[in-house]
Amino acid sequence: MTDMIENKNKTKTSSTIVVNPVTRIEGHGKITVQLKEDGSVDSARMHVTQFRGFEIFTKGRDFREMPVITPRTCGICPVSHHLAAAKACDAIIGVKLTPSAHKLRELMHMGQIVQSHALSFFHLSSPDLLFGFDADPATRNIVGVVDAYPELAKIGIAIRKFGQEIIKTLGDKKIHPWHSIPGGVNRAIKATERDTYLRELPEVMAGLQKAVALVKNYLDANQALAREFATVTTPYLGLVKNGALELYDGDLRLVSPKGRVIEEFACQEYAQKIGEFVVDWTYLKFPFYRGIGFPEGSYRVGPLGRVNACDKIATPLAQKELEDLREAGDGRIVHYTLYYHYARLIEALYGAERIEELLNDPDVMGSDLRITSNALNKEGVGVVEAPRGTLIHHYEVDERGSITRANLIVATGHNNWAINKGVEQVAKQYITDGKTVTEGALNRMEHVIRCYDPCLSCSTHAVGKMPLEVEILDDSGQHLTSVFKE
Amino acid sequence: MTKSTEPAKPKMASVWLEACAGCHMSFLDMDERLLELFKKVEITSTPISDIKEIPEVTVGVIEGGLGNEEELHIAKNLREKCKILIAWGDCAVFGGINCLRNFIKVEDLLREAYTDTVTTVNPTGVIPHGGPLPHDGVPALLPQAMPVDRAVKVDIYVPGCPPDADTIAFVFNEILDGRIPKVPQEMMRYD
Repeated sequence: MTDMIENKNKTKTSSTIVVNPVTRIEGHGKITVQLKEDGSVDSARMHVTQFRGFEIFTKGRDFREMPVITPRTCGICPVSHHLAAAKACDAIIGVKLTPSAHKLRELMHMGQIVQSHALSFFHLSSPDLLFGFDADPATRNIVGVVDAYPELAKIGIAIRKFGQEIIKTLGDKKIHPWHSIPGGVNRAIKATERDTYLRELPEVMAGLQKAVALVKNYLDANQALAREFATVTTPYLGLVKNGALELYDGDLRLVSPKGRVIEEFACQEYAQKIGEFVVDWTYLKFPFYRGIGFPEGSYRVGPLGRVNACDKIATPLAQKELEDLREAGDGRIVHYTLYYHYARLIEALYGAERIEELLNDPDVMGSDLRITSNALNKEGVGVVEAPRGTLIHHYEVDERGSITRANLIVATGHNNWAINKGVEQVAKQYITDGKTVTEGALNRMEHVIRCYDPCLSCSTHAVGKMPLEVEILDDSGQHLTSVFKE
Repeated sequence: MTKSTEPAKPKMASVWLEACAGCHMSFLDMDERLLELFKKVEITSTPISDIKEIPEVTVGVIEGGLGNEEELHIAKNLREKCKILIAWGDCAVFGGINCLRNFIKVEDLLREAYTDTVTTVNPTGVIPHGGPLPHDGVPALLPQAMPVDRAVKVDIYVPGCPPDADTIAFVFNEILDGRIPKVPQEMMRYD
């Protein structure tokens, strides 16, 4: 990619810029920027360019296969799909889990929260924060971090490994594990395994606190940027339990931009509350709150969504950070998109603290792992908070247990509108003249997307891929030039 | 990455086609072994770095099968740019889970996803890529999802859903030692 993109088409009065693929995000996407006649930005869009059809091709399959099939939606957060699917199956057979099974599932989930948030921060986003948005793209990546900040890179690798090892212990594989089954789990944890993780925890905690300090320093040193960068004022959605942050099992709470609770509802009511709007230029639908309508009812999810939706966090270190984060906001709510990074690390800290609580809980060492039932309800809904936000699985089955309808709403989908808005804002700010677009401007647009850490492989369960392409089109829609990555 | 004073390292590029990213995540699961690998190999264009155009490379890696026009184009482009092409993971090797859609017509698949699900709100009945080509910003689906070698020649096959980090490390080390890797029996997984 050249540093400057010349608009060679002098006969045209306006144009479009394309960035493809968007990199250092977990999925496939591209951005197109539509310019006006004077070379300023008219609009910008993020397109998700893949579709795979999970909701459709699983029809006719036995519902019990879903915890194994649906994780293949996403290799970054397969545990989320595994658990959401298992919870939908629990609802179909109509059982409540034993405390041991419930807590072992949560333990695996916390392993994933830690590994996935570490990946997002250290491997994917930290190059922008450490080197700056305008740094050389050849070194602005995890390899560059390894060269320039070897200690930090090692911490990131160790934290991710810790979470992945917990997943592997319970589910036999780090990616696409198999542990949850309808009505419970298929394996207990051994005392020796528990002791290993308890021994490793202090180092993980210390590493996470270093990362938290790094992000706080960055936000303090770049206050003006943090306040203006792709900031949008939206409602927020997340699971809560007794008002506290909850990632595995709770009720859904939607709060207004001012922090008022608009509605708190049980997960199985989701379809009456949430709709998904379709447009023809992206394979990713736009979820919105039906009570307000589209697009005004577009809300945000994920780390920032959850810390805005909850009243408090039930573990001490994360709670203290939550209080610090809220000082940056407008009353109780923080709308600044760059604070996603901070919220993400607060959650990673919560995940590590929660792992410690769970490992010290006698229930986790139990062996009463499954409750079976041969009754079949007609449908089941399973909801978990995936690292990137609320994940919903909803299956309807016939009398033999074959899927007749499946509906998945994935975390990144909820943020679709906000990502598009943020990309457009940054484009308008950094592209004033379509004749000269800097690589740094394009990278800033990509970083908006990275803030949300979108899992576009999830998003494209229906379709599904995101390389970033920024394409520049003229006012007649003619393709002028693109910055393209394959 | 490579400083001018050092001898040139072999270059690697990877792409992610019709897949879930799990194979790339498994690559990152090499953990501390990544630090060693980065010393020996120059990482160019990948989903985890920012170089947008694939340069001439020694090793090209494809995660994922072929499901749409864009993926087909990318696979052909990488094949032209690399000396050794690796099909990495079940989707690239066999087509993988994507092929479950092959029993359904593309138009039925899209109609259902964008009009029939319980939460879909589609007042005008638009379907992404339901219109004539070229469509606005999204590529057309191929009639069926398929493995990579239906379109380009593959040199090395590494199955697994995903292949685990040990297997990936083994494959890279063999190539760096100048051998075409044959994945040993105990590392072969088909899941």
